[in-house]
Amino acid sequence: MTRQERGRPLVGRSVPRREDRRLVSGRGRFVDDIALPGMLHAQFVRSTVAHGEIMSMDLSAVRRVPGVVAAFTADDLAIADITAQLGRPRSQFVPTAMPVLARDKVRYVGEPLAIVVGLDAYAAEDGLEAAHVEYAPLPPVLGEETALADDAVLVHDEAARNTLVDVSLFATDGIDDIFDAAHRVVEVDVTTGRQNALPLETRGAVAHWDDREEQLLLQTCTQVPHQVRTVASRCLRLDERAVRVVVPDMGGGFGQKCVVGREEIAAAAAALRLGRPVKWIEDRKDALSASFLAREQHYRARAAFDTDGRILALDADVVCDMGAYSCYPFTAGIEPLMASAEMPGVYKVPAYRVRGRAITTNKAPTAPYRGVSRPQYVMVVERLFERAARELGLDPVEIRRRNVITDFPYTGVNDITYDPGSYLESLNLCERVVRDEGWYDTRTAAAAEGRHIGIGYACFSERTGYGSSAFAQRKMQVVPGFDISEVRMDTSGAVTVTTGTMSHGQSHETTMAQIVADALGLDIARVRLHQGDTDRVTYGWGTFASRSITVGGSAVRLAAERLGDKLRAIAAALWDTEPEQVELAGGHVRRRGGDGAHDVLTHQEIAEVAYLRADLLPKDIEPGLTATATFDVFNDGTFSNATHGVVVELHQGTGKVEILRYVCVEDCGVAIHPQVVEGQCRGGIAQGIAGALYEEVTYDAVGEPSATSFMDYKVPTAQEIPEVSIHHLETPCAFTATGAKGAGEGGTIGAPAAVLNAVNDALRPTGTELDHTPITPQTVHRALNPEPVP
Amino acid sequence: MTDDTLMTPREPQLIALNVNGERHEVITEARRTLVDVLRHELRLTGTHVGCEHGICGACTVLVDDRPVRACLMFAAQAEGARIRTVESLADGNRLSDLQRAFSEHHALQCGFCTPGFLMLAEGFLAERPEATKEEIREVVAANMCRCTGYQTIVEAIDACATARRRACAQTCPSKED
Repeated sequence: MTRQERGRPLVGRSVPRREDRRLVSGRGRFVDDIALPGMLHAQFVRSTVAHGEIMSMDLSAVRRVPGVVAAFTADDLAIADITAQLGRPRSQFVPTAMPVLARDKVRYVGEPLAIVVGLDAYAAEDGLEAAHVEYAPLPPVLGEETALADDAVLVHDEAARNTLVDVSLFATDGIDDIFDAAHRVVEVDVTTGRQNALPLETRGAVAHWDDREEQLLLQTCTQVPHQVRTVASRCLRLDERAVRVVVPDMGGGFGQKCVVGREEIAAAAAALRLGRPVKWIEDRKDALSASFLAREQHYRARAAFDTDGRILALDADVVCDMGAYSCYPFTAGIEPLMASAEMPGVYKVPAYRVRGRAITTNKAPTAPYRGVSRPQYVMVVERLFERAARELGLDPVEIRRRNVITDFPYTGVNDITYDPGSYLESLNLCERVVRDEGWYDTRTAAAAEGRHIGIGYACFSERTGYGSSAFAQRKMQVVPGFDISEVRMDTSGAVTVTTGTMSHGQSHETTMAQIVADALGLDIARVRLHQGDTDRVTYGWGTFASRSITVGGSAVRLAAERLGDKLRAIAAALWDTEPEQVELAGGHVRRRGGDGAHDVLTHQEIAEVAYLRADLLPKDIEPGLTATATFDVFNDGTFSNATHGVVVELHQGTGKVEILRYVCVEDCGVAIHPQVVEGQCRGGIAQGIAGALYEEVTYDAVGEPSATSFMDYKVPTAQEIPEVSIHHLETPCAFTATGAKGAGEGGTIGAPAAVLNAVNDALRPTGTELDHTPITPQTVHRALNPEPVP
Repeated sequence: MTDDTLMTPREPQLIALNVNGERHEVITEARRTLVDVLRHELRLTGTHVGCEHGICGACTVLVDDRPVRACLMFAAQAEGARIRTVESLADGNRLSDLQRAFSEHHALQCGFCTPGFLMLAEGFLAERPEATKEEIREVVAANMCRCTGYQTIVEAIDACATARRRACAQTCPSKED
């Protein structure tokens, strides 16, 4: 920062990232970088069958393998089960227990059965080979049809028809009559493939008992440290005080690490049993096949329209395949409930009815993944509008214009009140950019040459800033939402701020410091963030649902302002003036209107008085400089919004979908750090494109997962992900202390719908419409090269 | 046939590795990969493990100046070669131009894949200083990043290459001379 820039607010500027120096130097500390004296290494014996009773498990040969120190089953360790709960009647939700290690039954290929601990990871892996497990196989339940059949084999005995969640919501009176009387009714049947959030750093943990602190220290890569502490203490029957969860640098999470993993708890149990540190690092094979997956959903939806293309009603049936277990703390309700509550999205939908179900199958369990159901329901609603536009002879952008919400605050048929956004403006700007760049002309010219170019849009909002009231509405028994922050200034005038959120790439060390530095008029270099340590941070709900800056950042801002008030009060006392006459800016504490040397103090001088010269403080000011604030969102959340525009070309010979242009117009309110916001958009879009075109975990007839290496799971590279041009709009948020709305998930939400629409636009002359992602080259090729009629 | 070839994978052997200009002697099993020895024996933890099957590139290091997957090579195979890891890029506390370019262009978020991309780019630009942006994008496609969408990584490497060429045009003798 140059001298001239000092005093200008930091919020809104792309300042250099605090995280970068260590990360580009190889000096970050990720969980596998931790080495402790006497540390052992764990691997897991995992089920090789999708569904079966465990008849016997013999680990005696494992224990004889050179370098193997111990091998434990569930019975050896006696760890309590993890059970996620929704506060809904049994007709709507069936709780199921997830044992840390499977005891009687296995429910997916890769389910952990036993933990093998060796002198190093190689030895532990040698041990796995010697495990002998006998199963009595049961028929695997692998699809919706099998799972929901009347005579279905049950994955969990307590869940009839393999249904964990079944809710019917928002049934507007007379909705069937609206459909009957409508000018036009369009339907879609959309399915999305199972995906892996795939953080590049796999999951992992290092656990040991610290005798001096009388604590289990669990260093683990998690987005939700306090929740892991709660579960670890309960599973291991320790006071919560006796567990400290510390999160080192994290190589991504994207939701896969916002739920409690059984392996981290098992590693902790093994460490307690052995009295030595135990490290578990998931290998990529396990990460691909046996860690938490996401996204497999099926939507049957229909919408009624009038002659002008205005939507009259929306009716949907949503089935989410949650795999073998309900995740903690979110439960199997996360996906169907998110979809049900929010499907009308940015559109003025007057009548609405939805049924949302979560089913359990013999596949790896699921966790929330960046966007949670929104990539899918946005795809569904956007497909309905595209189809209606075709049938009514309207332009696809024009039909959206007629239906997006323009008057705020707007309370939807889904009982959600939307705060102001730029739905129409973002749509108009996105279309203008695409038009001005000549892509419509290019499409026309290409069609004349027999080439297949298509243009697609997706218009959506991203509900962020979920407060505890929003989660309570979902009837979660463990209710996330608020965050607590503490800001502490030491005698040198430097500041430490705590947050309960946990950065895994989102730049919190920089953005939170920007907020604090502005509030205190302090140089950003003097602000340091503490996150991811349950002993240092009072409490927090971690990082998911784009909540870090909206909720966590607001708590940080409020705490910093409180500390600023105290600094002002002390300075005012020293100057014998009023606190309002004191300003904090440009690295100094100044008396307003004064320009003499005695009208300026440093933060350090105030801090020295607060700590070292308490005798100078007035009676009503306590010594020390700390301030704490809690922030919760009591309205229905905040709504970032965006429109994505995509131009694709389909290749006749190969079926390849090539993205020629990607335009994103986004509005996340006040952008604390525009470069970080753009990074979140681009990264999200890349994951959205991955879901639209490339990535899918499939299972064969016996439940073996297809993708166990990067040879089978097609993660797009720089050759598949296009450049993205990003345009910012700014509708400041009135409900957060920073004016910011969340920005983490939008890219992932918009991309699949925009790509799918563009592909369908390009396929228009063929008469084929695709409603499944990923869109494979085979399906595109088939659409472009239909069998010749004999 | 020497005794060496009859060793089981678990029998330790003494190997010498030249890493970042320093010689290290390590007693290790023949089956240990170069990345595991770098990370766990030499404690050079900047090089990361992403997949252990040579696809993601998080473990990329330079072996005799060329980018190599350190998860696909046994440490013993690297004897006698010059190995460079991410820890060699900075000069003390001073970051290299490539490292600074990554930071300036926001070419990293979580930073896990970053050392692999840095070493990939370091090796590539040394071999092809005149690389175009398209060539850079093609090379960047060798490694995986899950955060950035790649665009800023390509831009960072391109900016670094451009700046190096500009500096060279001012100070280096031209090729025709």
